[in-house]
Amino acid sequence: MPVEKKYETPLLDQLESGGWPSFVKEIKSAAEDNAMANDLLGLLEQSYQEKIGHWKHGGIVGVMGYGGGVIGRYTDLPEKYPAISHFHTMRINQPAGWFYTSEALRTLCDIWDAHGSGLTNMHGSTGDIIFLGTRTEELEPIFSKLTAAGFDLGGSGSDVRTPSCCCGKARCEWACYDTMGLTYYITNRYQDELHRPAFPYKMKFKMSGCPNDCVASVARADISIIGTWRDEIQVNQEEVRNYAKSGLDITKEIAMLCPGKCIEWNGNEIQIDNSNCRHCMHCINLMPKALAPGKDRGAAILVGSKAPIVEGALLSSVLVPFIKLEEPYDDLEIWELIENMWDIWCEEGKNRERIGEFIQRVGLGNFLDAVGLEPQPEMVAFPRDNPYVFYEEYFEEEEDQ
Amino acid sequence: MAVDLEKVKETMFKLIKDSAGMKKWKATDLHKACEELFGDEYDKRGVGKDAIKELVEEGKLVYTYFGGSYLELPHREGAAND
Repeated sequence: MPVEKKYETPLLDQLESGGWPSFVKEIKSAAEDNAMANDLLGLLEQSYQEKIGHWKHGGIVGVMGYGGGVIGRYTDLPEKYPAISHFHTMRINQPAGWFYTSEALRTLCDIWDAHGSGLTNMHGSTGDIIFLGTRTEELEPIFSKLTAAGFDLGGSGSDVRTPSCCCGKARCEWACYDTMGLTYYITNRYQDELHRPAFPYKMKFKMSGCPNDCVASVARADISIIGTWRDEIQVNQEEVRNYAKSGLDITKEIAMLCPGKCIEWNGNEIQIDNSNCRHCMHCINLMPKALAPGKDRGAAILVGSKAPIVEGALLSSVLVPFIKLEEPYDDLEIWELIENMWDIWCEEGKNRERIGEFIQRVGLGNFLDAVGLEPQPEMVAFPRDNPYVFYEEYFEEEEDQ
Repeated sequence: MAVDLEKVKETMFKLIKDSAGMKKWKATDLHKACEELFGDEYDKRGVGKDAIKELVEEGKLVYTYFGGSYLELPHREGAAND
């Protein structure tokens, strides 16, 4: 049903100028038929004028039985903007790799047009489908329709967040394991942890098929599962020569930029010292027809990255340097390791302390000891510069002396 | 012998009810309290998880989020608009 325009928005209008797609244009478009989007324009204009946000956080709203998936929002100006007095966000668990049929997208949009603001994020930084703005009484009807259509809510709060992954073997020749299959498995295995928050803080899984790490799991996930290989980079020398003929300066652009300094080019053939390869993907990215990851493929499991919220940003540290990730996933040993990590973190972690911060606080050596993992050289980020793994025998030797 | 599910539910509910307004309980806090009360008979991954799940599904407790996720008695939140 058409909604009458209620607000003049001179400041927002400026944000429609320029060539870049504007969120204002989208909200205005939604506002033609949706009172929530219409009031959102008014509130946002007021916020720009006053330089003050007019939102309050709601901490209780959700659907029956779940502890995550809904983020409560209320405006602090409900009398002026009654249509957005409630404006809750819903996170919908996206399919692995973000694959949809057009029909599935139409179903989602129909549900959201009927019960919410009509505004979405495709997708949020968590990876979920984000429905922006609905009322408390609409949450259960939306959830009911979503589940009937085969969708479920994602994670929020101190739970396992919706696992996300790159498109993996569905569209990428470099995928070293089936990221989508593993993501689907993890989503199902940890349903309880996804919907019923039981941790000191959030716990994110992100799966990347190769070290290019297209979902940035090394920087964003508490548990990063990044595809890699343990044999030799596959080389097609004829294609290497073709790259050189077409103008690629292999010495300057590949060999000299190799972080392991393990590539030599003699003008006819490329030689790779695989024992010093850092698996950075630089050479493979520049010569995709000539080079490819090895054939013995699997993944490295890393732990502890996070964006800066309570404390600064952290990158993940290697926990398992290489593991074959093949079905049946039930048989993999990593689940016991992950669940042991959770037990220790739950037992000793502080409120709002990510597992990476917890490991920093107690020390990686103590953490490894507690989860029952032997330290390995690959766990040391910078050899000889960062000795944060201590071997007990060193202390014993010192004591003996 | 494993501790009875209903007994755990009753204990968890009482812990939360008796300290409402004074202490916020996370799931891990409830597990720790039950481990102290029931000792080795208490299995947090089994009966502990089931107890929380049932208490929430019965509507006796709700999950809340205030910086972290907690379990509380259902109540009207202060930020809510009518």
